[in-house]
Amino acid sequence: MIEVDNISKSFDGKQILHNINAKFETGKTNMIIGASGTGKSVLLKCIVGLTSPDEGMVQFDGRDFAHASKEAQTEVRREMGMLFQGGALFDSQTVEQNVMFPLNVLTKQSMEEKLDRVNFCLERVGLENANAKMPSEISGGMKKRVGIARAIVTKPNYLFCDEPNSGLDPQTSIKIDNLIKDITDEYKMTTVVVSHDMNSVLEIGDIVNFMHEGRLLWTGPSDEIGDSDVHELNEFVFAGRLMKMAKGK
Amino acid sequence: MFDKANNLSPRNFMKSLGKFIIFLGQLFVRRETFATYIHRIVDESIKVGYNSVFIVVIVSAFMGAVTTVQTAYNLISPLIADPVIALVVRDMTLIELAPTITAIVYAGKVGSNIAGELGTMKITEQVDALEVMGINATSYLVLPKIIASVLMFPVLVILAGFVSIYGGYLTAQFTGVITGTDYILGIQMDFNSFQVVFALIKAVVFGFLVAAISAYKGYFTTGGALEVGQSSTNAVTSSCIAILAGDYLLAYMLAPFLTP
Repeated sequence: MIEVDNISKSFDGKQILHNINAKFETGKTNMIIGASGTGKSVLLKCIVGLTSPDEGMVQFDGRDFAHASKEAQTEVRREMGMLFQGGALFDSQTVEQNVMFPLNVLTKQSMEEKLDRVNFCLERVGLENANAKMPSEISGGMKKRVGIARAIVTKPNYLFCDEPNSGLDPQTSIKIDNLIKDITDEYKMTTVVVSHDMNSVLEIGDIVNFMHEGRLLWTGPSDEIGDSDVHELNEFVFAGRLMKMAKGK
Repeated sequence: MFDKANNLSPRNFMKSLGKFIIFLGQLFVRRETFATYIHRIVDESIKVGYNSVFIVVIVSAFMGAVTTVQTAYNLISPLIADPVIALVVRDMTLIELAPTITAIVYAGKVGSNIAGELGTMKITEQVDALEVMGINATSYLVLPKIIASVLMFPVLVILAGFVSIYGGYLTAQFTGVITGTDYILGIQMDFNSFQVVFALIKAVVFGFLVAAISAYKGYFTTGGALEVGQSSTNAVTSSCIAILAGDYLLAYMLAPFLTP
C-alpha cells in the first residue's frame, strides 16, 4: 500500500497541491482523475520522488520515501515500474534493449535469463516480433506497450502510469487499459494510474481519487462514482459520458 | 555555465557556478557497477573520439597549411633562415593551434551533440525513466561522457598536431615557400618537449570543460524542441568562452616552463 499524507507542493509561489491525503491499495487499480492542470501529474511525481513535496509524507508499505536518504529511495525505486505519457523509450536502443535495460543495470542475471524474461514480457503485451525495431519505427500504442513491458520486466511491487491513453485511438486505449488491469491482477501490484479519460476510469478503476484545483475532493470505488454529491466530480463524469456518447456515434 | 546569456550579472554567474559544482558532485554519488560504466565509456569514446577524427583532420591540415604560407610571407628577409618558418609553425601548432582551435571545433561538434542528446532525453522524460528505475541519471548519463572526453580529446590533439605539421610540410613542398629539408630541419630546431606536455595538459582541461559544460546545459533543459536548440547553442557558446579563459589561465601558469 502507498500512503500519501498531507502533501503540499508549490512552484514559483503558486500552490499546486493542497494537503493531499490518499491511500493506494495493493492489488487494485487506483485512479487519480481530474481535468487537465489540476495537479494529477505533480502528485504522481511527488509519489515517485521525481519532485520533492514541500510538506507531507509518502510511505511505501510503511517505509518513508519522501524524506528518506537517496540510498533508501533508490531501494524503494527498484521496486517501481512506471509508464510515462510518451513512453519515454530510449531512442538509441531497440525495443529489446529498452525492455532489457532495467535487467542489465539492476540485476546480475545471465543473458539467457534476461532474454527469456524480455521475450515473456514482450509476448505479454502482444509484441512478439518487435524485438529488433527501434522506437522511431513503432506506433504510439506500441510505444506504450513497450513502456509497460519495460515497467514490469523487474516484477515490480508498484506500477505507475501517467496518462496511459493520451494520444491513442479509442480501440488502442481500451487495449492498454485492459493490459494494465490484467497485469495488476496477475502480479498483485499496487497500481496508480493518472488519467482524465472517463472511459478508463469506468473500465479499469477499482478506487477513484478525484482532484480539482490541487485538492483531492472525492475518493471511493469506481462503481459509486455516480452517487457522489461533489458537484465538480459530477460535472467531470457528465462531460466524460457525453464524450463517450459522441465517440460511440 | 552562464545560465542567461543576456543577464551576465555576477550574482547570476555565481548562482550558475554553484549549480554547476553541485551537478558535478552528483556524478559521484549512487554510482552503478564498474562494468556498466566501462560499456558506456567505450560507447561514448567512439562517439566523441572516433566520430570526430574526420573534422579534426580536415581542420588541422588546413590550419598547418595556412600557418606555413602566412608565416613564410611574413618572414621574407635575408636575415631569417628558412627553417625558422617551420619552427614557428611547430611552436604555434603545439602550443596553441592544435589544442585550442581543435577544442573550439570539438565544442561545436561534440558539445552541441551532448547538450542536444541530454536535452532531448530530459524533455521526453527518458531521464525521469532512469530516475524512477533507481538509477542516478546524472552519473549514468554524464560521467561516461566526461571520462570519454577527457580520454579521447588528448588523442585528437595529438592527431591534430601531427596532421597540422604534416599539412605545413606538404604545403611547403607544393608552393615552394620552403624546401622539405629546411622544413624538417626547422621542426627539430630548439625543440622543448614541454610543449607536448603543455598541449596535453590543455587537451585534458578542454576535454573536461567541453563535456561538463555541455552536459550541464543539456541536463537542465526544460520545455520543448526550441529549448533543446537553445541549450545546444548555449553549450557551444559557454564551452568556447571557458576554453578561451582556460587557455589564458594555463598560459599564465605554465608558459614560464616553456622558456629554455
